Amino acid sequence: MRNPDAVLPAPPRFQHRTIGEYVGILVVVALVVSSIGATAPDLSALGRGVQRLFAPSGLLVQMFPPDFTRIDRIAIKLLETLQMAVAGAALGLIFALPFAILATDRLSPHPLVRIVARALIAFFRTVPDLVWAIFFIIVVGLGPAAGVMAIMIDKIGFAGRFFAEAMEEADPGPQDALRAIGASRAGIIFSAVIPACLPSFTATSLFSLEKAVRGSAALGLVGAGGIGVDLKVAFDLFNYDEALAIILLLLALVIAVEQGSSWIRSKLI
Amino acid sequence: MNAPLGASASRAGSAGRVGPAASVRGLEKSYGGPRVLDGVDFDVAHGAAVAIIGANGSGKSTLLRCMLRLTEASGGEVALLGSEVSRMRAADLRRFRARVGFVWQRHNLVPRLSALTNVIHGVQARMSGPRTWFQALAPAEVRAEAMACLARVGLADFALRRVDGLSGGQSQRVAIARMLMQRPEIVLADEPDASLDPQSGEEVMRLLSNLARESGLTLLVVSHRLEHTLAFSDRVIGLAGGRVALDLPTREADAGLLRGFFDAKS
Repeated sequence: MRNPDAVLPAPPRFQHRTIGEYVGILVVVALVVSSIGATAPDLSALGRGVQRLFAPSGLLVQMFPPDFTRIDRIAIKLLETLQMAVAGAALGLIFALPFAILATDRLSPHPLVRIVARALIAFFRTVPDLVWAIFFIIVVGLGPAAGVMAIMIDKIGFAGRFFAEAMEEADPGPQDALRAIGASRAGIIFSAVIPACLPSFTATSLFSLEKAVRGSAALGLVGAGGIGVDLKVAFDLFNYDEALAIILLLLALVIAVEQGSSWIRSKLI
Repeated sequence: MNAPLGASASRAGSAGRVGPAASVRGLEKSYGGPRVLDGVDFDVAHGAAVAIIGANGSGKSTLLRCMLRLTEASGGEVALLGSEVSRMRAADLRRFRARVGFVWQRHNLVPRLSALTNVIHGVQARMSGPRTWFQALAPAEVRAEAMACLARVGLADFALRRVDGLSGGQSQRVAIARMLMQRPEIVLADEPDASLDPQSGEEVMRLLSNLARESGLTLLVVSHRLEHTLAFSDRVIGLAGGRVALDLPTREADAGLLRGFFDAKS
């Protein structure tokens, strides 16, 4: 019989690996090193760049103090940015729900419909919102409408995926019970699926809004409305102090939205 | 809409109750391996309370699910309330299911919603649209009927409680109230006492049995407890080897014989 007090030998620190695994590790390391070598700045150039930032005519020195003289105009554009984010996220969330329902195994009317819905959601998610913004500038012209459309499509991709995942994971029991009663597909979705997924839907919606606010500022850089347009103009005209004012106010807006959404999440979920 | 509870029974009565309430002929089911059901035959008269017993894996739950085509059978025929369930098209089947109450092992309620809203969902057997989704949207007569159903299971005071805060026994009673809201003409119950403690299980079985008797409903209940089989049924059907191996009135059943069905390996 084994003595329970006996000290057991420790297992080996590393498990034996196959030649294939070693080759795989080498390939990954080579890929990382070659990518850094090909694209990362060399250290001397980086050092010179940092020196220039702090030179008397450098970017950081010219940025301070921030210039708030045009705060009224900046505030209006910030409001427009927020409106773009809210409108785009709301429209995106509204359209994400039907896409997600069609992409869910148990709820989709036909496997082919499910495949198409999933493919569209993946496509919307994969194409960056800046590309969508450029596309919609061509369609509806420069301005916030293009930004709203870009955010909407991006959020259909983002929320559609998470909505569908939440519905896939929902307990099938209540759905089966309603199906056995003879309830319609809409009845099952709105009576059993959506109430069960509400906490997850709320969290996804709030993350969508936060993401939309952060993203909407960048959309202006390509002309899709919002504060991004003014930020680009400030940089183009070397008004770095005004650019810093815009960045600080944008930061305040993003933090406010994130705090607000955290508070709502804590209350609702 | 304002028909009294138990209207289903009178409805069944007015239909003349011609033929059996349930008729199963040569029902077969296989999940790829050996047949779980291998030619099951039986008839159930209107108003009867039938207990279906058998060992774990003997196909009791599969039988009930196949009868309502919640699981498609591999072969055989099922007629409920005079309608050939096996041959119905999807849309007709959906409408027909409204007439059949199904009580599940787990209550299968929507956890974040109130007991009242869950009971109101039962009206989706005969109504559709947003007014049946939440109690706040439901018409006054639907709300009143749902409250009456909750009162019948003794939970009227719990109407606005979220069901995820109720005990297992209370939840199963809410599920029975939802089934009553459906105004069924026949009830299939798949081990409604399985996930409950002995006392709650007995209360739920007694409630189901009394409600069925009061309303003249036909009741087929899969049971895994001998004492419930003896107390709450007037006929016992035993499954073994995928077939009906026992079929006799409960009063003639020998407890030792029945116990053999519970203990046997499938």
